Amino acid sequence: MKPVDCLENGVQGLTRRELLTWAGPGLFLLFGADWFGNDPLSAQEPARLPARQGYPTDINAYLKIGPDGRVTCFSGKVELGQGCMTVLAQILAEELDVAYASVDVVLGDTDLCPYDMGTFGSMNVRNFGPALRGAGAQAKAILLQMAAEQLQAPADRLQVKGGVVTDPSTPGKSVTYGQLVQGKRIERHIEGVAPKPVTAYTIVGKPAPRKDAIDKVTGKAHYAGDVLLPGLLHARLVRPPAHGAKLKDVDTTAAEKAGARVVREGDMVAVLHERPDLADRAFGLVKAQFELPQPTVDDKTIFGHLLKTAPPFQNAGASGDMAEGEKASSAIVEETYLNSYVAHAPMETHSATVSIENGEATVWAGTQAPFSLRQQIAQALGFTPQSVRVITSYVGGGFGGKSSAQQAVEAARLAKATGKPVQVVWNRAEEFFYDSFRPAAVVKIRAGLTPAGKLALWDSQVVGAGEREAKPYYDIPTQRTVSAGGWQGGNPAGMHPFAVGAWRAPSVNTNTFARESHMDILAAKAGVDPLEFRLNHLSDARMRRVLEAAAKQFGWKSAKAPSGRGVGIACGVYSNACVATVAEVAVNRVTGHVQVKRVVSAVDVGMVVNPDGARQQVEGSISMGLGYALTEEVHFKDGEVLDRNFDSYQIPRFSWMPKIEIILIDNPATPALGAGEPPIITMGAVIANAIHDAAGARVLQLPMTPARILEVLRKA
Amino acid sequence: MERTISFTLNGKPASVRVDDERMLLWVLRSDLGLTGTKFGCGEALCGACTVIVNQQAVRSCSTPVKDVAGKHVMTIEGLGQNGLHAIQAAFVKHHAFQCGYCTPGMILSAYALLLKTPKPTADQITRHMEDNLCRCGAQVRIVDAIRDASGAPQGGVE
Ligand code: FES
Ligand code: FES
Repeated sequence: MKPVDCLENGVQGLTRRELLTWAGPGLFLLFGADWFGNDPLSAQEPARLPARQGYPTDINAYLKIGPDGRVTCFSGKVELGQGCMTVLAQILAEELDVAYASVDVVLGDTDLCPYDMGTFGSMNVRNFGPALRGAGAQAKAILLQMAAEQLQAPADRLQVKGGVVTDPSTPGKSVTYGQLVQGKRIERHIEGVAPKPVTAYTIVGKPAPRKDAIDKVTGKAHYAGDVLLPGLLHARLVRPPAHGAKLKDVDTTAAEKAGARVVREGDMVAVLHERPDLADRAFGLVKAQFELPQPTVDDKTIFGHLLKTAPPFQNAGASGDMAEGEKASSAIVEETYLNSYVAHAPMETHSATVSIENGEATVWAGTQAPFSLRQQIAQALGFTPQSVRVITSYVGGGFGGKSSAQQAVEAARLAKATGKPVQVVWNRAEEFFYDSFRPAAVVKIRAGLTPAGKLALWDSQVVGAGEREAKPYYDIPTQRTVSAGGWQGGNPAGMHPFAVGAWRAPSVNTNTFARESHMDILAAKAGVDPLEFRLNHLSDARMRRVLEAAAKQFGWKSAKAPSGRGVGIACGVYSNACVATVAEVAVNRVTGHVQVKRVVSAVDVGMVVNPDGARQQVEGSISMGLGYALTEEVHFKDGEVLDRNFDSYQIPRFSWMPKIEIILIDNPATPALGAGEPPIITMGAVIANAIHDAAGARVLQLPMTPARILEVLRKA
Repeated sequence: MERTISFTLNGKPASVRVDDERMLLWVLRSDLGLTGTKFGCGEALCGACTVIVNQQAVRSCSTPVKDVAGKHVMTIEGLGQNGLHAIQAAFVKHHAFQCGYCTPGMILSAYALLLKTPKPTADQITRHMEDNLCRCGAQVRIVDAIRDASGAPQGGVE
């Protein structure tokens, strides 16, 4: 799906409804744009997307202080489970000097929250954080100025704690933020307020109780499919059996006879009923005929197909003279690494509920990008974006897969067609069918060693995965990396038989698997311990530090692989975050089964806003990483996705979990980078390297299923 | 067959006039408005829809409503009606969730385990919870939370 431009907002990023919303009681402040850096647009944008609006310059877009002193924080980010709600509350509480418990958070509501391009790429704290911090600092300065007038004391003498402003030289004299605001609309502006220095933090940098905890353990947390409205209809849509199949004929009479409503609009054929399961039952009576696509490609032939259909290679980094590198190399190691398509498979399938009243649409959607969705829905309905409100309540996992929200567009079209509120909740088969998979990829690496065991040459080609972090960060004098095709779209038609997209740390899982597997092969060739081999080629201090920290925690003992112990090491970079992982595995040589026993992960993700939150993200990354390393691959044939549920598509379970040890490197000098993605990138390679160390079997293809491991063992 | 099915729901009498072959999940969510019970797979493969029926954890997506006639059904809304249950409190304390979508099913599966085995080992917990899937990777914390909650009084509303 093409990204949609969102230029609909008026002055200062406020929509009509936002202005109306904030005309009521509350603090109304104006401030300058100086705090969020000089380029707010690019701060939010991956380089290749067309320019879109940045974060608003009005602090009222970010926060509101009620007469009771409670603070509401507004953000266009969404809570996918990553702890966004908690972290943003911490940041705002810190800057305002109010109690963390007094902050409420409203997320992903296009009427109430400032524009945001979406929740992905670990940009929550990295990009929205500074904007929120600036807004909080400005608001505090203005509140202090107001307090100074009220208490008749110079502002710089005042102290704030828990939203109460006191004058230390006049004990007993105080005023609260709530009293200062008094429900009045105040417009003030102070130039050049610097956010709090990191050294003064008391809330940020410490664990905090999750804001979403009570909702989530009591069943009160509402997801998009939990919205019940009077007259609500549940819809099931006719789906093609394979990508590329064309609807020829459809007979819905039996479904209608069974009491369901049927909507036909162009290619969309839907069966609707007040009960979701009865919609499903009636749907079973629909007879649809499709013209199947020509046989194309399947999960076995895909790799050759990718090589044939890929666009021309693009340069992804080069230095030195390749001929020199060849000359300096006394040994060359060349391998090809493969990875299959991988699904996001969040536990909540794509869900949406849409109600249209008086020409205004309200959309509850499980989405990572509510503002782009608003635009899409408006387009689909022929409405102005201002008459569409997207509300993102809790989202049951995203991992990149809920950046597009086709289900909400479907619900919106059906709501318009029926005049009733409509809910679309994809079943698990639809979730697999319409997922934008992590692309299958082929990575070829050719590397050369000098007689002294130093890397002299690195020549790599990435097809399918994308170029991110494909260029090695090791000290290699002569190197060249090229890449063709990727997850962002723009691939030639027919290259991938279905949609591909961002999957937790896009590109980088594949590229790290290939590079770090290759480094291990090279280390073995050089007869050097894999940790030592990496350190011999690393001058980057942060990367050295995570490697050394992980090795130390693990108790790494130098040995030449395969040592039979089943230990592996790998490191990587993701968006300037550094991660090193050590794993210990046991390989059953009879069944090919791998049990990962222990994982040590050291991460440098810059400043950590919430250490417990960061740990949760590392744990989640390790768990999800086990899946793509060991079992997860999408089976398909001629456009048909053969995996339809969790029986054939196996995701990690309780018994797979290793003992997990996490080291968060203390690095407050680097801005927060986010911990949700970096720790997953090494999981393929670290397990591949540990399997090799255990059994002497080098598996070059993800996932490393028992069958693939046995095959390598047989050949060894 | 359309008929009236009566059962005890979260400690209170409930009856619904429905096609008795319909799955309990949808009757709970749609007819009775109890949306805490989640749909994840529809084929008894994920555990998101777990509820307690007569002290046992069952998959409501694959349990026809006729099977609960005259029985005690407890959903996540019924647990800890007077303050958090020990398991819920332990999930809060350990942050044993991320997106929270699997959480009601996890908590109720754990509830059934602790009724049977008040002091489970980590191994017993793992075995019991094995078919409850969590894509966010909260498993390690869920095990910790269940261990923490074990031994505390386990009675809920039935
Ligand atoms: S929805 Fe019932 S087990 Fe998955
Ligand atoms: S917390 Fe998200 S699936 Fe378990």
